[in-house]
Amino acid sequence: MSNLRWAFADGAVIAKRNLIKIKRVPDLLVFTTISPIMFVLLFAYVFGGSISPPGVNYREFLIAGIFAQTVIFGATFTGAGLADDMQKGVIDRFRSLPMSRSAVLVGRTASDIVYNMISITVMSLTGLIVGWRIRTSLPEAVGGFLLLLFFAYAFSWVMAYVGMLVSSPEVVSNASFIVVFPITFVANTFVPSDNLPPVLRAIAEWNPVSAVAQGARELFGNTSPAAPPPEVWSLQHPVLYTLIWVAIILAVFVPLSVRQYKRAASR
Amino acid sequence: MSDVIKASGLVKRYGTVTALDGLDLVVPGGTVLGLLGPNGAGKTTAVRILTTLLEPDSGTAEVAGIDVRSDPGAVRERIGLSGQNAAVDEYLTGFENLDMVGRLYKLGRGPARERSRQLLEIFSLSDDGDRPVKGYSGGMRRRLDLAAALVAEPAVLFLDEPTSGLDPRSRTDLWGVIRTLVREGTTLLLTTQYLEEADQLADDIVVIDHGRMIAHGTSDELKAQVGGERLELVVGTTSDIQPARSVLADVAAGEVVVDEDGRRLTAPISGGADALMTALRRLDADHVRVLDVGLRRPTLDDVFLTLTGHAAEASDTDSEADGSAKRDDDGRAKKRRTKEPVQ
Repeated sequence: MSNLRWAFADGAVIAKRNLIKIKRVPDLLVFTTISPIMFVLLFAYVFGGSISPPGVNYREFLIAGIFAQTVIFGATFTGAGLADDMQKGVIDRFRSLPMSRSAVLVGRTASDIVYNMISITVMSLTGLIVGWRIRTSLPEAVGGFLLLLFFAYAFSWVMAYVGMLVSSPEVVSNASFIVVFPITFVANTFVPSDNLPPVLRAIAEWNPVSAVAQGARELFGNTSPAAPPPEVWSLQHPVLYTLIWVAIILAVFVPLSVRQYKRAASR
Repeated sequence: MSDVIKASGLVKRYGTVTALDGLDLVVPGGTVLGLLGPNGAGKTTAVRILTTLLEPDSGTAEVAGIDVRSDPGAVRERIGLSGQNAAVDEYLTGFENLDMVGRLYKLGRGPARERSRQLLEIFSLSDDGDRPVKGYSGGMRRRLDLAAALVAEPAVLFLDEPTSGLDPRSRTDLWGVIRTLVREGTTLLLTTQYLEEADQLADDIVVIDHGRMIAHGTSDELKAQVGGERLELVVGTTSDIQPARSVLADVAAGEVVVDEDGRRLTAPISGGADALMTALRRLDADHVRVLDVGLRRPTLDDVFLTLTGHAAEASDTDSEADGSAKRDDDGRAKKRRTKEPVQ
């Protein structure tokens, strides 16, 4: 019990330290917010005219997909931040202190929720400007945002593990590009998966990122009764399917990352 | 006093490279052990094992009476570590860095703040305490890093090359702080490549090379191993060399070594100042022009050269683990610095 308490107390100290960086390096925040704005505008205006999913306004369809992609990209911060600490020897200092072995990871993933909340806020405002609307109740809308944050949080632990494996922030950025691009594109994030070639379509339908986007759409009321109902279980129950994935990812990557932290020798 | 750091038979291999090859160390409480060796000798590996950052492949180690492998958490509560690269957060201020470490040592909010201010004062960082570390000089970062190691007033302190890369002035300042700590009873294990540093700070010196202890003793004992005092003489012209040599041959306890180009003669003596006076009187009587004369005690450089067959700081051939990683870090550090705006 007291172990868990220290993990949170120490984690809070680390999270605070990470958040101070947002204050000291405002450029970081500028780029964190500009790229989601850019994505919303690009997809809405460049592709928006050519893509028309059945029964629903494309911009409404699109926003949840961009939310999903952006928060997943946000996990790169977790990995890059840890790799940077590793490289600079800060992790060595932490490891020599009588602190909880999981605190650095708990703190890092927690502070990255704040990054994601900032970028979701910015994207929502941009979305509202280009015509996106929440058509459900407040609790459902909050549920939609929470679903995105839960999944992003789980994914942060994946990137935390990657960050400690490679221990160079540049490599984390490149590696995450290779992972994050396919899993966010081979999904129903930007286009409905119905028209994909059969293999890709199956992958997209069972891709948890599709479920995150679909779940958020449902909770924001961005789906249309006129649209054909999904044929696969994962998209019929996107919220449940997403939560199952969150649980699986956390169950695998939390212990894996903590183990890697314990043994990580930065040189 | 009892032994605060005890290690025996430490072995650590990285792939085919053996970083530690059966190292034994003993540091009595309240004393300073200088771990001396070239890059890649295994100094950092030894420190990392003793500070629970690394597990040895074999061997045992105890710090403050606690086994580092069976209860690393308890060891961490009693030690402070300051590593080779100043492990401070660039984006935090000096104060925030220390305060964070204080909170992680569970000092509590008030005491952590108080201790942080106090340390900034001790390390002459008070004026810069509320500026982000990004703008600090190398010496200031080192001082802050050392301060961070002292937040919880640890009984045992590990300093891994605390002054490498510092200018002479900052180095002397840091030595002063370290001496004060030791006077107050801290047990210290210090690694260094600088022989002078070990000479200045350490009660006891262990010289290691290729992961093994090659010599152990006080600075004086090690110097005695290499030989006693020497008389060194520089004469005015080459024609003075011959008469000077015959004078020295009479006074010397051993062979006279002559460096013709430098017009320098060196000879081991046993009589100390008396022998020096005798030599000078006779040189004067023989009208030998003397430019420089002195008694020279062997330095740790001589010790190192004698023991290992190579000088302490030129170590191109065996700069494995430590050395290459350090260069890498420096390279990357420079790259980072140019990318980010200076605040």
